Amino acid sequence: MSEATSETVDISRLSERGMITVRGDLTSVDLQYQLTSLAGVDMPSEREAKVEDGRGLVWMSPDEVLMVLPKSDVEGVLGTFRETLGAIHHLAVDVSDARAVFELKGPKWREVIAKGAPVDLSPKAFALGQMRRTRLGQVAVAFWMTEPDTAELVCFASLAEFVSNWLKMAAKAGSFPDYLKEYKNDA
Amino acid sequence: MLSLTCPNCGVQGEETEFAPGGEAHLKRFGPGSAEEAFEGYLFYRKNPRGVHFERWRHAFGCGKWFHVARCTATLEVFGSYTAQTSIVPQNIIDAIKARRPDWEMDQ
Ligand SMILES: [Zn+2]
Repeated sequence: MSEATSETVDISRLSERGMITVRGDLTSVDLQYQLTSLAGVDMPSEREAKVEDGRGLVWMSPDEVLMVLPKSDVEGVLGTFRETLGAIHHLAVDVSDARAVFELKGPKWREVIAKGAPVDLSPKAFALGQMRRTRLGQVAVAFWMTEPDTAELVCFASLAEFVSNWLKMAAKAGSFPDYLKEYKNDA
Repeated sequence: MLSLTCPNCGVQGEETEFAPGGEAHLKRFGPGSAEEAFEGYLFYRKNPRGVHFERWRHAFGCGKWFHVARCTATLEVFGSYTAQTSIVPQNIIDAIKARRPDWEMDQ
């Protein structure tokens, strides 16, 4: 794949990414301790994503967090959850094969997602550290930034091909409406 | 276009991100109640031209239910509030009265 330039966005599927859905009382100190020590990041607040080098926590709803990690670590982490959180009411499930993750690399990633999501993607409204669940076209997605010019987007695995084609079509060089032009100086 | 704020996750989203759940604060009449009451619970709904209380779900977002007070004629939203209540909070009533001084809660 070619190196991302200012006019292109490279779309790639992160097939080695593992994901664990955790539901429970997110204000529980014990749950927070396990989540943050296993993920190696701080606890995300409402609509925050703390992801560094493919590992971290993404706030999904008032009682749900998505832990992202390498696929090879999922079994071990689930085992630790079973041992340490046995007495705390929670749910932890491996959803690595139920979701697909895409990386959008290139400074115009905002223009790509903005073609299909009813979300203000100006740098002022959406920045590194935030996450957003919404729709892309007609399908449910969640996305967050990992670097200033890179975003990750998650969808259901059954929709992976559709979303992949959608993103690649939307990322075609020369097809950006450039509606974020006026924000350039704030970025 | 209708723009709603989800009190569960704080997102201000556009209508297509949400799923409508119909009239809010219905009182359930189940087995053992009078037939007229059961019929009313199942089928009779308010259809006002003006202030209306509704249930909505943040279907493409956090997935949670919540309540909205809005005007069916102008789409003005007076406020959204938790789904975990059977009565309209006072701050929502105040917000409606500020914009519709003649409005009265009809129940
Ligand atoms: Zn929400």
